[in-house]
Parts: sequence; structure tokens; C-alpha cells
Amino acid sequence: MSGLSIDKISMRFDLPNGGSVQALKDVSLDLKAGELLSVLGPSGCGKTTLLNIAAGFLAPTEGRMVLNGNTVEGPGPERGMVFQQGALFEWMSVRENVGFGPKMKGMAAKPKAEIVDHLLDVVGLGAFKEKAVYELSGGMQQRVALARCLANEPDVILMDEPLGALDALTREKMQGLVLKLWKETGKTIILITHSVEEALLLGERLLVMAPRPGRIHKEYRLPFAEMGVDKDLREVKKHPQFGEVREEILGMIWDMEEEIMGRNEGEGS
Amino acid sequence: MNLLSQLGAELGAVFVTLLSAAPFIAGYIAIILLCALIWQTVKKFLTPKADYGSLKTVTFGDESAVTSNTVASVVSIVLIFVLWAAFTGSKLLPSFLHAPGAFEGTGEFSYTVTTPDGQTDDATVSVVVFPAGSDVDAPEVDPGEGFAKNDSVAIAAFRSELLRVDENDEIGRDQDAVVSAINGVAVEPGSVVDVGFGDVEISRRGTPNIKPSGGMQMEPIWLPAPEAVWSRVTEIASTGFRNSTLAEHLGFSLFRVVVGFILGAIVGIPLGYAMGLSNWFRGWFDPIVEFMRPVPPLALIPLVIIWAGIGEVGKIILLFLAALWIMAIGARSGVSGVRISKVHAAYSLGASKWQIMRYVIIPNSLPEIFTAARVAMGVCWGTVVAAELVAAEKGAGMMIMTASKFQNTDIVIMGIILIGIIGFSIDMLMRWIERLLVPWKGKG
Repeated sequence: MSGLSIDKISMRFDLPNGGSVQALKDVSLDLKAGELLSVLGPSGCGKTTLLNIAAGFLAPTEGRMVLNGNTVEGPGPERGMVFQQGALFEWMSVRENVGFGPKMKGMAAKPKAEIVDHLLDVVGLGAFKEKAVYELSGGMQQRVALARCLANEPDVILMDEPLGALDALTREKMQGLVLKLWKETGKTIILITHSVEEALLLGERLLVMAPRPGRIHKEYRLPFAEMGVDKDLREVKKHPQFGEVREEILGMIWDMEEEIMGRNEGEGS
Repeated sequence: MNLLSQLGAELGAVFVTLLSAAPFIAGYIAIILLCALIWQTVKKFLTPKADYGSLKTVTFGDESAVTSNTVASVVSIVLIFVLWAAFTGSKLLPSFLHAPGAFEGTGEFSYTVTTPDGQTDDATVSVVVFPAGSDVDAPEVDPGEGFAKNDSVAIAAFRSELLRVDENDEIGRDQDAVVSAINGVAVEPGSVVDVGFGDVEISRRGTPNIKPSGGMQMEPIWLPAPEAVWSRVTEIASTGFRNSTLAEHLGFSLFRVVVGFILGAIVGIPLGYAMGLSNWFRGWFDPIVEFMRPVPPLALIPLVIIWAGIGEVGKIILLFLAALWIMAIGARSGVSGVRISKVHAAYSLGASKWQIMRYVIIPNSLPEIFTAARVAMGVCWGTVVAAELVAAEKGAGMMIMTASKFQNTDIVIMGIILIGIIGFSIDMLMRWIERLLVPWKGKG
């Protein structure tokens, strides 16, 4: 069975004061190979927890995650991660960062160099191979992170707000790059974001999660990612349906935030 | 209460000392401001620079607009040597720049003796003040008329002399005659009379104490002139001090520091890694490290001497202990400081535990380890000098301590300057190595 299947995952943390937090409750989801899923939700809805379970950094208290027929039990090279920022190895050059995965596998120098050169060209950093990563701008660093992840040829790419720390213009360019890479490589991608627009643009499927306990609130299937592959993203945003869905989701998240605030005030008095 | 009054008295003494230094400090500040003023004037004649900083209109309060003025640094260092030379009468400086020196030459004053029955007679005292180091006899003088006879005395510069003027008089102290006036000024025990070339103070028992003016220069035994210190450097560099050359003294100190530091690093870094990577090791060593860290290494000197004697072993154990905790804590915080996303990223890229250690944790901890190494080298250098002050056969600290026991102030000053230069060089060297090996420091 190809694809990623999330099967009734629940996550409960025990707190030091004896209480517990239900971060996720009965989350189920099937993702076919090559699908692009974006996950959206207010803070505390468990979206990062879900990603950490998928990456294998956390073990769920109930349920399981299955990738291509194998239950996920820890981190592995078939599930690549792209983090928000600061996950590059600043003691290595751009080339060494991108070649890190192949090197860990013990790949010979020559095929490794070919992979690295190719991917750096794909993300547009061919001229910066020997630079130190801290000499690059934030957007360029995220390009390196994408290339580093792709160099390992993962089946699934997990992105934890990869563009969250970038300025608006760079962010827009990078969104285009993510779509291009998705189409060219055909990888399954799960992308977590805070930005509703980004979730709409970069989600073939879009999951809105609700907090306390973290659960799937609503799921969308959207045409915008497919449109954006060969179209200007600003054009996509002008699509009438784009605005409608955006307003709907924003309202949904507003309501959730209000509810949380109200509940906190209730607890406070 | 007793302790409080003691502390109060000590505090009073400190204040008195500070007050006596106040005019000199005020003078120094005046020189600083004067130099600033001169520089401002000179700067007007230079081509102004139109760099970013000079175009700022708000500079007072803008920390980034304050940079170290190189001219001020150079002038400050030159001034230290100029002041040093001026107050030691150095030959490096033209004599008009010297602070007023001690009186040298001849002078005289008269004293009046009054007997119990009211007779008085005057006599003259001839004083010869000769430079320290030479040997001059008191001049012959004519005893003169009357029952008080003329006296003469030779005094070395900076010294004073209690002169029993009555010793050659016909009616002296044994007959209850007293010195009642100096240069015609009536005196009693305790009074001080300015006689031109210095002061004459009447002691409690009525004897004049002749104090030729000491001027404002320092005596060589308190502060030798720069050239004297320099000539001592060259002398000790070639002939040695206490059976060892200067290079041997300094070399031994450096050797102890380097060996002690390397041993401390060899044990401390793995210890720090273990503490950073394992709950059990963290729990086991935390109490030990956290207790040993605030214990100053100097406090361990007596114990190390009892256990290991004053030889090399004891010193190296001491320096090992000085470096050990600093390196362990540096390595521990280097490991703990690794951003979890880097470790997660490496695992997701297929790295094994060993590869995580080799490619992520160790390089990530290097900047912290280098910072710790710099601190440790500084502490070790300070500790070795202190340990050598206490007991050693060779070493920079031993050299200055032994010299101080013989009032060889020039060697002490030379030693202090060399110790400072070496300490500074060690720090510069460590910074240079750091820049070379961990260029990513602070860039994560």
C-alpha cells in the first residue's frame, strides 16, 4: 500500500501537576502518494504534534501511522523534514549541508556531488555552493533546507512552517518554488502553516484543525495548488473561489480563537 | 561591636589614603581632558572623514557611535611611560619634564640652645645631601664661639637624620639644655621648621630631625626608572635569576599552564559531553561540578602542597583542577545548547547516533568549548602565578616573589609587565585560533 495513513491517533501528555493535556484526539487521515496537504489551525490545535508524530520524534499514546505499509516507529530518511529556520548546520558549507543525507548513507563522493549540484541548480543556488550557510539570506537558507531534504529522496516531506520567518516577498517566491518542486518530484508533502493564504495556495488538500482536544475540524479539496504550478500566484489569489474559502476559514479560526479566549476567561474567574 | 569598630577604623584608613591620592587622580583626569581638547583642535586641521559614523548628528547616547579612539589609546599608553619616567627622574626624559626631585647639595640652618639658667647660644649645622648610592663624609666645620658648637652632617637623598646637636656642645641635654629655636623660630618638641632645603622637626626628646626635601619623585627602591627595569630585563635574560634564565622562569610557568590545561580539557570535555547527553551522568556529576566550580583554584593551593608537594606534579594537578570544571561546564552547555531542530533534521536525514555525535553535537559545541578554553587559560595563568608566589623553584611568580623579598623592585615590575604581556598574548592567541577553527560562532 503506497501512501501515508494516519490511523486514529490520540496524544495525551501528563502534566507535572497531575493533570493531562489531550493534544490530539482520534485523528485519522489517508494521504495518497504525491498529494500535497496543508494543515491550518489556531495555536494549540496539535498540528505540530501531528507532524512530530509523522516524523517519528513522538510516539502517539493511541493509534498508529503507517507509511507504505510500515508502521512509523522513529525518525527515518524516508520522511524528510524542513523546519522553520535554524536547522541548517552552520559549520558546513551549502554543498556539505545538501550532501548530508547521502553522506550518512555512505554514498560515494561522485554520485553525491552530482545530486548536490543538480539540486542546488533546481533551487537556484548553483553559484553559492561553497558559501557558508550563515552568509546566505533567510530565503536562500530555506532553499538550502529544501535541497537538503530532497537530496535524501524521501517518500514524504514534512514541512513545519518552513516559510514562517521570511518576509512577504521572499515568502511568495518560495511558495512558487515549493509548488514547482512538488510537481517536478511528485513527492507527498505535508505542510504546516499559520497563514491561511499559504495553506490555500499550497494545499491540494487542506485540513483545518480545532484545539482542545486537537482534532480535524474540516477538510477541503482545493484547485489552487494545481493552478499555481504554471501560473502567477497573485493571479491565483484573484480567483473568486479563493477569496470565498479564505473568508470562510478565517471566520472558522476566529470563532475557535474566541471560544478559547472565552473559556480562559471563564477559568480565570 | 568590636568587629564593627575595627571595620570602621579600617574604612577610615582607606578613606584617608584615597583622599591623599585625590589630587593625583584629579591631575590625571585634567591631563585626559587637556589631551582631548588638544586632539579636538588638531582634528580641525585634518581632512574630515565623511563615513557613516561621522555623519550622525546624535552621538551622545548612541552606543554604536562610540568607538575606541586610537589616538587616545596611544596617548594613554605613552603617558603612562612619561609619568613613570617623570616621577623616577628617568634619563629617557629631558630633565625639565621631571617632577621636582629630592634635594641634593649643601644647606645649613642655625639652632639656639637655652640652658636651664637662661643662657642662650647659637650654632650652625651644615648639611650635605648626596645622591643615594654614593658615599660622602660630613664636611669639617669650625666649631665656632660660645658653648654651642657648629655641627655638620651628610645625608643620603630621600633619607632623614636625627642629629644630636648637643653632643659636641659644652652644655648639652644631660645638663637640661634644650634646643629652643631653629633659624630663630622658637620651637618645642613636635614643631616643624622649614629651613629652605627641607624641614627640621624637633623630636619628642628635643633632638632636631633633619629631613631634606624629598621632592615628588619616587625612590628607586619603590619605583625604579623605566631604563633600570629594561636593563634588568636584559641582564636577567642573559645571566638569569636564582639559577634560571628569564626564559626558563617564564617557560616553566607556561609549560605548567599548557600541560594542566590540556589535561583538564582531555578529562573535562568528555565529562561535559557525558553530562550533556545522559541524565544519569548529569545527576551524578552536577553536585560535584556545581560545588567545585565556585571554589577558587587558589584555595586549593594549600591542599595540593600538602598532598603533592611544591614540585611540578602539584602545580599541574592544581591547574588541571582549575581548567577541569570550566571545560566540563563549557562542553555541557555546548551540548545542551544544540537546537533540537538540528538534531531532528539530522535524524530525518538518516544519521545514526554516532553520526549525530560526530557531525552535529561536537561541531555545535565547539564555540562554547572555545569560550570555555579562553576562560580556562586565563584562570590557569592567574593560578600558576599565584601558586608560584606561594612556593616554587622556578617560574614567573617565584621570580617576582623572591625579588620582592630583597626589595628588587625592578625585577618585580619587570615580572609583572611580562606576566601581563603573556596573559594578554594567550588571550589573543586563543581568539585567533577560535576565529580560525569556529568561524560559525554566534551565526547559528
